[in-house]
Amino acid sequence: MIGDLGRRALLRTLRQPANVVPVIFFPMILVAINSAGLDAASELPGFPADSYLDFVIAVPFIQGGLFAMLNAGTDLATDIESGFMRRLALTPVSGTALLLGQVAGVVALSFLAAVAYLVIGFIAGVTVASGPAGVVALVVLAVGIGLMFGSIGAYVGLRSGSPQTVQGFFPLFFVLLFLSSANLPRDLIEQDWFATVAGLNPVSYLIEGLRSLVITGWDPAALWPAVAILVVGTLIGGTLAARAMRTNLVRT
Amino acid sequence: MSEFFSTARAVAWRSLHITFTNPALLAPALIFPLMFYVAFAGGLSSVGNLPGFDYPAGYDTFQFGFVLLQASAFGGVFSGFGIAADFERGFARRYMLAAPRREAIIVGYLLGGLSRAAITTSLLTVVALATGMRPQSSPAEIAALIVLVAFVCSAAMLFACGVAMRLKTVQAGPAMQMPVFLVLFLAPVFVPLDLVAGWVHGVATVNPVTALMNGVRDLLAGTGFDAVLVFGTAIALAGGFALWALRGLRSAERTGS
Repeated sequence: MIGDLGRRALLRTLRQPANVVPVIFFPMILVAINSAGLDAASELPGFPADSYLDFVIAVPFIQGGLFAMLNAGTDLATDIESGFMRRLALTPVSGTALLLGQVAGVVALSFLAAVAYLVIGFIAGVTVASGPAGVVALVVLAVGIGLMFGSIGAYVGLRSGSPQTVQGFFPLFFVLLFLSSANLPRDLIEQDWFATVAGLNPVSYLIEGLRSLVITGWDPAALWPAVAILVVGTLIGGTLAARAMRTNLVRT
Repeated sequence: MSEFFSTARAVAWRSLHITFTNPALLAPALIFPLMFYVAFAGGLSSVGNLPGFDYPAGYDTFQFGFVLLQASAFGGVFSGFGIAADFERGFARRYMLAAPRREAIIVGYLLGGLSRAAITTSLLTVVALATGMRPQSSPAEIAALIVLVAFVCSAAMLFACGVAMRLKTVQAGPAMQMPVFLVLFLAPVFVPLDLVAGWVHGVATVNPVTALMNGVRDLLAGTGFDAVLVFGTAIALAGGFALWALRGLRSAERTGS
């Protein structure tokens, strides 16, 4: 049953270009523009990579996660709004299965998106310092990011039951990406307040974990914080979403 | 003529009323440029130390030039969303039936878009000044800047209006937003054109928004600017998209709104 629901969630996303295009193409367009527009930044003393493209290729993985969050939340909220959730509640399917099915669709989309980012990145000239195993690790981390943001999106969608509310939350999460070390390493950020905010922002550590695999190699100091944030974030998001699902089914 | 202006005024008033009684419509037009300003001016300020980066008013002001253009253009684009919603809900049909001269509908939407952009760009300017942006413009340059920004807003709004009147659905939002977003980012956003690398340099060289962006930045820095190129580009874009919007109106008339 989880497989069927996951398949439904994935097909529902893939059948709508408006859901796929932002996840795959929009982040890559921004990478293409930023890597050329900010290529000169790689000449700053202390910049950790020879090419800005290598530096910035980690960012789409987070953007993809944010879009996965939007998809998961919007789909679940639409199911509530359209009454589909009510019909499912009449079946023997458990709330956990419903939630896992939805999140499975998000995870599959995150996997496809990560592969697409890497293929496009390699064509553009990205080199991964951690080698083939690092490429696998990047995909695993991308799936984890999709899982974490997807569970948070599912919570918002289940709590609100309104696709518009989920869409309204999206910019708030996007702010986290903007206020992170996405564009420059934290030690090269001159504005103290921005460096402080970026240091407190968990998204910085996710990006730095992904980035370390591309430009440094296997760097436990960068990887562990990313993994810890993913585990904790997924546990919190998943627990909240599971509770919201239970509440929703009881209300139904 | 008075009927023309009363129609335009009524459309503009309704457009503003909807915007200001629904924060969800106003917030994105303000929040996104602010986010870009904070992220770029705050997070990328060390880019201002690059060799060859010789903008005299500092990196905050350099980025404010981009964000000001973005806020004014998006003020226009978000008006297009309102037009599409009016068509989708059938309200545009009432406009069409009631307006003695239908061109006044476009002028009304344009006035609404300009008013909204005036508010968002003013708030953005206050935030930027409060956080360290230091323009070196003379009063005449500030006046020129306001006129230029109004032309940019008009061009974006008229483009979005043409799309909305042809497609008549809010689902056309990305068709209004994405081209404007891309054309803005395919100009020298982060560094001057000379420092932009690769294919973006080639595109930015022929992108008309580059002239507008350089014009805004020159006006902010008080270094003088190529008025013929900058205002010629702005007027050409606004004029071209005015024709596009008018043809959109004719298309809507033919197909029935």
